[in-house]
Amino acid sequence: MVRHMENNQPELDAVFHALSDPTRRAVVQRLTQGEATVSELHAPFDMGLPSFMKHLGVLENAGLLGSAKAGRVRTCTLNPDRLNAAERWFEEQRAFWQGRYDQLDGLLASLKGETDET
Amino acid sequence: MRHDPAYRFLADAQSGTIRIRRSFAAPRQMVWDCHTRADLLDQWFAPKPLTTKTAAMDFREGGQWHHAMVAPDGTEYWGIVRFDTINPIDGYTTTDFFSDAGGARNTALPSSTWDVRFEDTETGTRVSTLIAYASPEDLRTVIDMGMEEGMTATLEKLDELLARLTA
Repeated sequence: MVRHMENNQPELDAVFHALSDPTRRAVVQRLTQGEATVSELHAPFDMGLPSFMKHLGVLENAGLLGSAKAGRVRTCTLNPDRLNAAERWFEEQRAFWQGRYDQLDGLLASLKGETDET
Repeated sequence: MRHDPAYRFLADAQSGTIRIRRSFAAPRQMVWDCHTRADLLDQWFAPKPLTTKTAAMDFREGGQWHHAMVAPDGTEYWGIVRFDTINPIDGYTTTDFFSDAGGARNTALPSSTWDVRFEDTETGTRVSTLIAYASPEDLRTVIDMGMEEGMTATLEKLDELLARLTA
């Protein structure tokens, strides 16, 4: 197979992997609104801090997330450069298909006469 | 937060493929109909706020579905799905082209092949789709075009999309 790889391909895969998880996507979403401390990021999640820190580690290894420590507070920021055109396109496609299939759920429900809407 | 384990979306930029798997709480025949009848496709194929408009549907091997996704501002994104093989109600394969409103395929732009399969599950039907571009370059062309046409997300739009994904 002939390959025409870009130099950043392994990094791209790391970004895809990082964005494949709903918790990590939620963290990225939060960080698009601005920087946040680890405890602020952790607050919405019903999971232990060690597990959550592993998710942050995946994002950091993928280059999506940067962090800086001031005293006992670690603040995280998003590296938007890493969300380049390809990643954004794939993320949009993912959301596109989700929206499409959510509508199909609704259509199937109405076809089955099971819709709650009156 | 809600996570739907029935939904899987895997993109591989290296091979230019996208795999999507989703389960539905409905019998296979009904899910099949929703994928292969224009009156039903029009009701779900383009996600909000887009709507679907069928110009012509000829569901047979060698036939095609000529349709548009219509944006709220009226912009129409036309495409043609050519049905290559059909095995009711197990699956079908198609080739997906960009087109114009008149039904002329745009052969300057990359096409993709789709392999769509339907399986019974304990609670309904699972649909697996494999979308393949001829090369990573073809996929890159589509991505770049999407950016130029403004169909893809800015970072702010991504924010909304991620919000929907994780809601």
